[in-house]
Amino acid sequence: MAGGSVLRRQSIDVPLLLIALLLTVFGIAMVFSAGQIDNPTPIIEGAWKRQLGWFVVALLATVTISRGSVRMIEWAAWPLYALSCVLLLVVLFFGTGAGTAASVKGWLSIGGVRIGQPAELAKLTTTLMLARVLSTQGDSIRSLIDLWRPLLVVGIPWLLVMAQPDLGTGIVFIGICFAMLFWAGVPWPLLMLLASPAISLVLAFSTGIWGAWFLILVALVLWYRPYLLEGVFIVLMNVIMGGVAPILWDKLKPYQQKRLLVFLDPSVDPQASGYHVTQSKVAIGSGGLFGKGYTLGSQKRLQFLPERHTDFIFSVVGEELGFIGVSLALSLFLALFLRSTRVAARAIDAFPSLVAFGVVAAWFVHVMVNVGMTLNLMPVTGIPLPFFSYGGSFLLVSWTAVAVLLRISAEGRGQADGIGL
Amino acid sequence: MSYHPNAILRRARLARVVLSASFLALAGSFFRAQVLQNAVYVVQSENNRLRDVPLPGARGTIYDRNGEVIAENLPGYSVSILSPTEDSLRSALTTLSKVIPIDAAQQELAVRRFRRANTRPAVIFSDASFQVVSVLEERRAEFPGLIIQSSPKRYYPDGAAMAALIGYTGEISEDELATDQYESYKAGQQVGKTGLELQYESRLRGKEGRRFVEVDSRNRVIRDAGVRTEEQPEAPPPLRTNIDLDLQRYAHEYFGDSLRGAVVALDPVTGGVLALYSAPSYDINKFIGGASNSFYESLRVDPHRPLVNRATTGTYAPASTWKLATAVMALERGLVTMDTRMSAPCTGGYYYGRVFKCWDKRGHGDITLAQAIAKSCDVYFYQLGLKIGLSNLLAGGVALGFGQKSGIDLPNERKPTWPENTGYFDKRYGARGWNRSVVLSLSIGQANNAQTPLSMARFYTALATDGRAATPQIVAREPERTQILHLTQKQLEGIQLALADVVSQGTAAGAQIQGLSIAGKTGTAQVNGQLDNAWFVGYAPANDPKIVVAIIIEEGLHGSTAARVATKLMERYLKARLAMSAIITD
Repeated sequence: MAGGSVLRRQSIDVPLLLIALLLTVFGIAMVFSAGQIDNPTPIIEGAWKRQLGWFVVALLATVTISRGSVRMIEWAAWPLYALSCVLLLVVLFFGTGAGTAASVKGWLSIGGVRIGQPAELAKLTTTLMLARVLSTQGDSIRSLIDLWRPLLVVGIPWLLVMAQPDLGTGIVFIGICFAMLFWAGVPWPLLMLLASPAISLVLAFSTGIWGAWFLILVALVLWYRPYLLEGVFIVLMNVIMGGVAPILWDKLKPYQQKRLLVFLDPSVDPQASGYHVTQSKVAIGSGGLFGKGYTLGSQKRLQFLPERHTDFIFSVVGEELGFIGVSLALSLFLALFLRSTRVAARAIDAFPSLVAFGVVAAWFVHVMVNVGMTLNLMPVTGIPLPFFSYGGSFLLVSWTAVAVLLRISAEGRGQADGIGL
Repeated sequence: MSYHPNAILRRARLARVVLSASFLALAGSFFRAQVLQNAVYVVQSENNRLRDVPLPGARGTIYDRNGEVIAENLPGYSVSILSPTEDSLRSALTTLSKVIPIDAAQQELAVRRFRRANTRPAVIFSDASFQVVSVLEERRAEFPGLIIQSSPKRYYPDGAAMAALIGYTGEISEDELATDQYESYKAGQQVGKTGLELQYESRLRGKEGRRFVEVDSRNRVIRDAGVRTEEQPEAPPPLRTNIDLDLQRYAHEYFGDSLRGAVVALDPVTGGVLALYSAPSYDINKFIGGASNSFYESLRVDPHRPLVNRATTGTYAPASTWKLATAVMALERGLVTMDTRMSAPCTGGYYYGRVFKCWDKRGHGDITLAQAIAKSCDVYFYQLGLKIGLSNLLAGGVALGFGQKSGIDLPNERKPTWPENTGYFDKRYGARGWNRSVVLSLSIGQANNAQTPLSMARFYTALATDGRAATPQIVAREPERTQILHLTQKQLEGIQLALADVVSQGTAAGAQIQGLSIAGKTGTAQVNGQLDNAWFVGYAPANDPKIVVAIIIEEGLHGSTAARVATKLMERYLKARLAMSAIITD
């Protein structure tokens, strides 16, 4: 039986697949361009070929996974989640660093060969596990105490990732968690209360702003009327967070502090930490409307732009293809997310719907943080851009997510293959 | 979870709004950076990738009065290196020093240049030899930041004859850079250091051009041609001077290696400087490309002090050449005529508190002023000085300009020494520490009187003409003349006649030139602990002066020595001039 007829029988979500394919081809083209520099090195020059190889592997995996069923995925959620957590634990002791994040022990290596980042896998499996937990939580969540199971599911891998310490991936976990809680119908005031200690922590740097936030919080608590104990707990947590913020700041590693400071003002350290962001902005800004031409970006060619084929690949898009290219890439991402949201909305029941939305959330955080970073809208956290950044395991996981989405879409209600968002 | 389709659709709607809004905001940020602020980032990106390499502008050519070249530019090469940091510069220099000889001092200099302007290539050799350039060109690939480029270098065809006049150029110093005058200069540029090169810096300075090289993030030169259009350097229009190069060379030949002294030749009517020479001289070409320290040091410690420009900064007792000033003052005051005799004839000395000797101890007898000038009789001038009186003599000297600079267009001219009034002596020796008999010494050009050859030449331009002194000018411009002599036509002619007698039958009789009437005055100045200095200041032709020459020969023993040199110079100049005018009239 020919592959094509198999796909048709499964009523594939063509727009979704097409968008993902376009993004990946776009991405590999940019990895190729990122390797085109003056004074090239063979490893960087050949990166696109390896990325293409991974893409082929990813497509095979996609075909396989998309032939499975949602129930099978649901069934596999537990063991996969457990495996991810174990790998994250292993990596803490035996991991190696790479690239900008050389001090972050995120890579699993065997005999010196890096075979992947467990954190990438954990994002997907945590999404699956969280979807499972939330979908089986029969009664609606109305209080913080009802959230203990989902929070535990996210909390374990999150803590393990933060221990690496990989701040960027930690942010993704939080994004996934909140998005899925929202999708599961957790009322927004409760989400606010849940987030409030973290918000306090950030705002604590200015007593005035923190004070204002605290008043809003108290109003929210009075209005939403959670259990008395929870209300008191939340308010107390906010006060504590406001107090410990400076202590926590001191606990941050110097490079983490620097990254945050540089985010606030890249000119504090233009030659070192601020260098990446400054050069990235220069690359993007000098691209103009139409860009300097594919493979012709001078910031890239002359290696002013750091991490050209990984973290800062979007700066290459900005420099070489200009605002037009940036708009195209962002449009493709938005289209992917809207289409995936549609898949989530039309899923057959709660589990696939939550999984689909969790995937959207993970990608969304990745894109926002990574693309935002290139323009200094976000701090430099070193998380990759889905479908673009060079890296085998991440591409594989991204396409696995596409496969899961395709599967969910195929089993979903309504005209799955109809074009429209 | 609440998985009611309506609830899901509501959340999906909210999600879509949040997604779309986020992407819109993101796209907006990119629009702002890429379209609205594009120009700013383009500049930054260009600054990142382009380094401008200065193309030194050739300095203006300097010509003499006949269009002969005094200073020009020859093709040369400079070697410089672009480095991101001082450390990388040092390591590059270490690597380079294995290929070509660079001593520690040169390395240190390159590092200092880098510190001053670290975005410009640090110059290692501003004037690299052809051998160094060819070695480096061959191995260019090993030194990615290396920049070799043509760089015009200054050349003075008659360098050894010109040191006192032209000065030299060199790399601008940090002190100079700090002043307003050099506001528009950048570190590493060449600038006039002394002489004409300094005086006319603003007219001689070439306009620096730029070329661009493309560098990568580590300041390695990736492309060095066609990156952006070059800005060509420009040379300024040439500078024309009044110098007669032939005369200048002749002076150099005449002084040779053994004589010390200076000569200034002026056009008496325009003040144009025909020659200005200080001996011993040195070849200023050796200063090009940064004076090698050993050469400079050898000049600095030379006991004959070649670095002193004796023509403009050497002050000497003018001796008898100054007697004309005394004579002029007496005539102006109507105290004497050219035929007046003094009450005491010269018997080889004069008693005024003590005996003041005449240079000729045999005595000159009872003589007129005209004869006294011709014979340079000291006793006559002692009495003349006494007639004038000390205060009047001092004031008269000031009026004749002996207390001020000549105003020549050269830097660092030294002000001659001349006491403005008796207060000078009070201050210097105390009110009781001096004696009014100083007037005797002053009136024969001794005592507290020290003049440069230039200031004596200026005085004689007035004697040679109608009593107007011309300001010496090296670069031709509108002549400036000041009436300093207030004599009648008859008085002036009398003096001029007496000066002509000096050469025809007086103290400079041995310096006569066949067929040329020369007027002038010798001087023999006593210097403590040295042999006498020989002076001659004069002009020719006596009836229609075309050249004034002031010359001093240190330890030349007698003024007649100087006179012989001076008359040779006059002859040389006038013959060439005659030949020239003959050609023109033909």
